[in-house]
Amino acid sequence: MASLLGRFCRKMVVPGSAHGGARLVSTTTSCESETVKSLNLYSAINQALHIALETDPRSYVFGEDVGFGGVFRCTTGLAERFGKNRVFNTPLCEQGIVGFGIGLAAMGNRAVVEIQFADYIYPAFDQIVNEAAKFRYRSGNQFNCGGLTIRAPYGAVGHGGHYHSQSPEAFFCHVPGIKVVIPRSPREAKGLLLSSIRDPNPVVFFEPKWLYRQAVEEVPEHDYMIPLSEAEVIREGNDITLVGWGAQLTVMEQACLDAEKEGISCELIDLKTLLPWDKETVEASVKKTGRLLISHEAPVTGGFGAEISATILERCFLKLEAPVSRVCGLDTPFPLVFEPFYMPTKNKASFFCSSVSSPSKTHTFSCRH
Amino acid sequence: MALSRLSLRSNRFLKPTPTLLRHVSTDTTPITIETAVPFESHLCDAPSRSVTTSSSEILTFFRDMARMRRMEIAADSLYKSKLIRGFCHLYDGQEALAVGMEAAITRKDAIITSYRDHCTFLGRGGELVDAFSELMGRKRGCSNGKGGSMHFYKKDACFYGGHGIVGAQIPLGCGLAFAQKYNKEEFVTFTLYGDGAANQGQLFEALNIAALWDLPAILVCENNHYGMGTATWRSAKSPAYFKRGDYVPGLKVDGMDALAVKQACKFAKEHALKNGPIILEMDTYRYHGHSMSDPGSTYRTRDEVSGVRQVRDPIERVRKLLLTHDIATEKELKDMEKEVRKEVDDAVAQAKESPVPEPSELFTNMYVKDCGVESFGADRKELKVTLP
Repeated sequence: MASLLGRFCRKMVVPGSAHGGARLVSTTTSCESETVKSLNLYSAINQALHIALETDPRSYVFGEDVGFGGVFRCTTGLAERFGKNRVFNTPLCEQGIVGFGIGLAAMGNRAVVEIQFADYIYPAFDQIVNEAAKFRYRSGNQFNCGGLTIRAPYGAVGHGGHYHSQSPEAFFCHVPGIKVVIPRSPREAKGLLLSSIRDPNPVVFFEPKWLYRQAVEEVPEHDYMIPLSEAEVIREGNDITLVGWGAQLTVMEQACLDAEKEGISCELIDLKTLLPWDKETVEASVKKTGRLLISHEAPVTGGFGAEISATILERCFLKLEAPVSRVCGLDTPFPLVFEPFYMPTKNKASFFCSSVSSPSKTHTFSCRH
Repeated sequence: MALSRLSLRSNRFLKPTPTLLRHVSTDTTPITIETAVPFESHLCDAPSRSVTTSSSEILTFFRDMARMRRMEIAADSLYKSKLIRGFCHLYDGQEALAVGMEAAITRKDAIITSYRDHCTFLGRGGELVDAFSELMGRKRGCSNGKGGSMHFYKKDACFYGGHGIVGAQIPLGCGLAFAQKYNKEEFVTFTLYGDGAANQGQLFEALNIAALWDLPAILVCENNHYGMGTATWRSAKSPAYFKRGDYVPGLKVDGMDALAVKQACKFAKEHALKNGPIILEMDTYRYHGHSMSDPGSTYRTRDEVSGVRQVRDPIERVRKLLLTHDIATEKELKDMEKEVRKEVDDAVAQAKESPVPEPSELFTNMYVKDCGVESFGADRKELKVTLP
């Protein structure tokens, strides 16, 4: 599956990789002497899982077909290395997989479970929302399933159709008690996944499947973590702030380059953790630029962009020089043949960049409404 | 494990009942043929192994299955040449199921299935052109090009279609059966699911409801022995799927034998109308991988696949039957296959001519047409729905 997905993918540059601004928290003392290696995203995930299983004997990886390496090869070699008692296939039953993971985690273990596609996570929605998220709260802190991490590939791949393309992150951002994390690149993926696995709260970790093979980056080989709930400014600018996460940052990076040609200086922020999210970083940026554009693949209505927009409006109302814009997926089911229309493409993003940044274009834009 | 079980089976071919041979292919005089493998039953008496059929029916089986096989092979190459996008799951190897089931029921009986739906659609009377058009996302497709491989539907033949999420169609099928019972229609619903879906909780919820209210629901477990890449013995505590309904009767059927499938489906329909739900486990096999992205060779041996092709292939079995009964000659069958091949090639060519849907179709069919979904905004990103 992965090979075919990869074949049709766009060529891409990993945003932010040249800046190296990520704050890596090394868990080893000799990180300066550690080597880096060029890895794609699925290999970086694979490395993180190796480290997680290596460093904690009470950690487990399971899901549909993970024993064979998974459909995207993220779990390759794990069963051979750590044995079938710690890395194993499950039957095809998402609700059962997550529920089982919650139980395992409730006994003090780290359960790293895989849902094969984010589109298949809905049968497990009840377990995540009602069981995992509220376990600690409703038991007055006697019990929790903090060791639970749910990994799922999300997002478009160019031809995935209705059930292999969805971005369901907003559903989970409405659930206090879990964390929602989405990495943008191989190095980020490794550090954020290790943080998620070791975080004492249940985490839903969405992996941009478009980038599994396409994104290649220098990834430190050692064990490091990237803190959750800390956004990162991956490109500095003065005229407009762009906020996104995951694969969409690649598109936004290109939009920034386009806008720059028109003389608009863009600041690009990777949110990384959507719940709980780093409001301060976004707020500080918008206070500087006075404009905000949010972009995600999920449909615009009720998307997480709406939450960011509302929060920034509350915090930066007097500093804003234009309405907050959202460049998102359309309010339709994820289409088959119409994917190019549905997607929040670079051109859509740069159009909005320039329209909100220059007064004359803002006028044109308003008229169209 | 699966290998040994599969290849040890059914070396004997269907035994002719003497004196009833006919040489004319359109002959509909009843003949009786005994199935090679006996039915296994759970909480019910197994139907007779003697199946009543006719020369013409067996010949139809051959032609229909050959057409299905050819369609899937054409779909394979269209996918590889990127004319089919999205995810594509092929049915070759399992054709006996689609034709056998249709021979036992009417088009007023409902069928609902998972995403491996191309041949079920053909079985329901779907046109090759409509199938290929849908596969390529063209306007002429059976879902107007908006569904793709996994989402074939045919309302006039009560085909409630292809569903994308594993096991999600099972409760829906029981809902269809409820409507049939409530409306006092003497029809049943065949709900198809795979051995992978048999482990989903939804199946058991639906079974309980169906049994509680005696719904005319026939749950057909298409056991092709692999849920994606996982062999049944790795994922099912009991791989006897026909017994897993506990209080619901079940029947295990040789799903590579179109006549056995027909017999079982006929039996199941009568049973369901009288007594409520029944599970049919169809022991079958898929030659292709789970989807086009799965070569299908990493979790099973090539020998296993070729062994099934040699010993159990549903088309070859019918071919032998036609030859041994002198219903058709080798040449006649070859000619028929050539015709089918041409039919498929023509359909592909015609489907390629069909345009892709209008871009405005992106915004239709989300709500009732009259609700008037409008898009506006600079990139048409905003939708407005006017409710009546």
